[in-house]
This record gives sequence, C-alpha cells and structure tokens, in this order.
Amino acid sequence: MRFLVAFLTGILFGLGLIIAGMANPTKVQAFLDLAGVWDPSLMLVMGGAIPVASIGYFLAKRRGKSILGDVLSIPAARHVDRGLLLGSLLFGTGWGLTGICPGPALLLPAFHLSQGLSFLLAMLAGMAIFELFSRFVLHKPTDQH
Amino acid sequence: MQIDGLHFSPLASLFGGLLIGLAATLLLLFNGRIAGISGILGNLLKPSTTGRAWLLCFVLGLIVSPLVYRLFHALPASSVLVSDKALIIGGLLVGFGTRLGYGCTSGHGVCGIARFSGRSILATLCFMLAGFVTVFVVRHILGGV
Repeated sequence: MRFLVAFLTGILFGLGLIIAGMANPTKVQAFLDLAGVWDPSLMLVMGGAIPVASIGYFLAKRRGKSILGDVLSIPAARHVDRGLLLGSLLFGTGWGLTGICPGPALLLPAFHLSQGLSFLLAMLAGMAIFELFSRFVLHKPTDQH
Repeated sequence: MQIDGLHFSPLASLFGGLLIGLAATLLLLFNGRIAGISGILGNLLKPSTTGRAWLLCFVLGLIVSPLVYRLFHALPASSVLVSDKALIIGGLLVGFGTRLGYGCTSGHGVCGIARFSGRSILATLCFMLAGFVTVFVVRHILGGV
C-alpha cells in the first residue's frame, strides 16, 4: 500500500509539474529573467502548492501518525549552517543556468531525450560527488528534506 | 520590468501548483514522508539507506507521469535553449548544491515553506537569488551560453 501511494503521488506530482509549466526549462528561465520579458507563472505554482501542502502538514501533525501508521518523517529544526547557504546558492546557479530543478529533471527525458538525459545524469553525478565529499572530506552523515 | 503576457499561464500554473501541493499532502498523510525530490534521489543513491523501495516507487511515478499525461493529451510545449555544456555544468551544480543545501525547490520551496521552516525560507531565498543573478549575468552580460 505504501508503495502504491508513493507511486501514485509521484505521478500526481509529475502531472502537477507538467501542467504548471515546470517541464519547460525555457519558461522557468523566463521566470528567473527579471530584466527580460518576465513570466511570473512560477509565483502561482508556489502560490498553489504551498497553501495546500501547509494544510496537509497541519492535518498530519494533528494526527501525529500517518494514516498507514507510520511515524512522520519531518526534518527536525536544525541550525542554519554554511552548507545550507552555500548549497542553495550553488543549486540556484545551476537552476538559473538551465531552468531545470530535480523534479522536472526526472520528467525531461520524456520531452527531450538526449538533453534531458545529459542533465539528469550530470545531476545524479553531482549527488554522488556530494556523497563522496561528505564521507571523505566532511566525515559527516548526510541527511536532508 | 516587462511582463510576458504571451506565455504567462496563471490558471494552468495555479492548478499545477495545487496538484503538486496535493501530492505532497497525500504522501505526508498516508506515508508520513516529505515530497522533497533531491532528498529522495540522494537517499536512493546513498548505500546506507534502508527501506528505499518507496523512494524508487515515487521516482518511477515521476518518470512515467509524462506518459500518463499523454494518455489524455499531447504533451505541452517545452524547449531547452541552452548548450550541452551548460546542461552538464548546471546538472552537476544542481545535484551537488541540493544535497549540500539539504533540499531543493520541492523540499525547501514547497514543503519547507508550507511548515514555516526558517531554514527552508532562507534556502529558498538563496536559490532564488542565485537563479535571478545567474540568468541576469548569462543573458544580459554574457549574452547567452
């Protein structure tokens, strides 16, 4: 059942990304291009997603456990560290350069096979490099949202 | 600032955003899990992760979502106007940066902000800022990559 929920919510999430225009990197870059001809659509994507996710969060928190009986895996509040700031700045740089973030990266090969795979494989390589970096340089276990 | 009236898609983007929020809500309510894509992918890549089957189910759902969409409708327009070199560099930055920064547009930008997490709000400001600056530099100073 948990696997089915994960699969179906993955599909729903993906459909949301496609309908929202997030599977079009050029549109995402048009949102990030404040000095050009600006496309504000992405503000509405967040404006739609955040309130609904917020309701979900408060409902889940009030229940205390998930409907299928799992403990809620919500990241515990942690201090802001250099990794949070530097990592987010690096991510934003890559996002601006391409107009692609991790969710749409998984859909893009269905739209543009070779370009989509180039980005996706590079992104997975970047994640793998981080694993090596955190294990051998930072000596820190990795954990995230 | 000039608004792109031709490509601005307020209703579709709002509706897509609602679906993204609904997917995040259902995953949290049923499975107790946060729909943060970079975290899900990163944990899939990490050898020490236990119970990774649901991660794979969610990722598979995302990957097949364009095919599900196509059952009902032709896929919407999408274009990638950046070079392969930019895709590779951008992919590496997105992969490494989201892992170092503990999350991406979904984990911080939607789920984190939805539960009023200060670190997620800060992370979102950082990647948005970096995205705006990068597009400005690439398009208006360097003249494209």
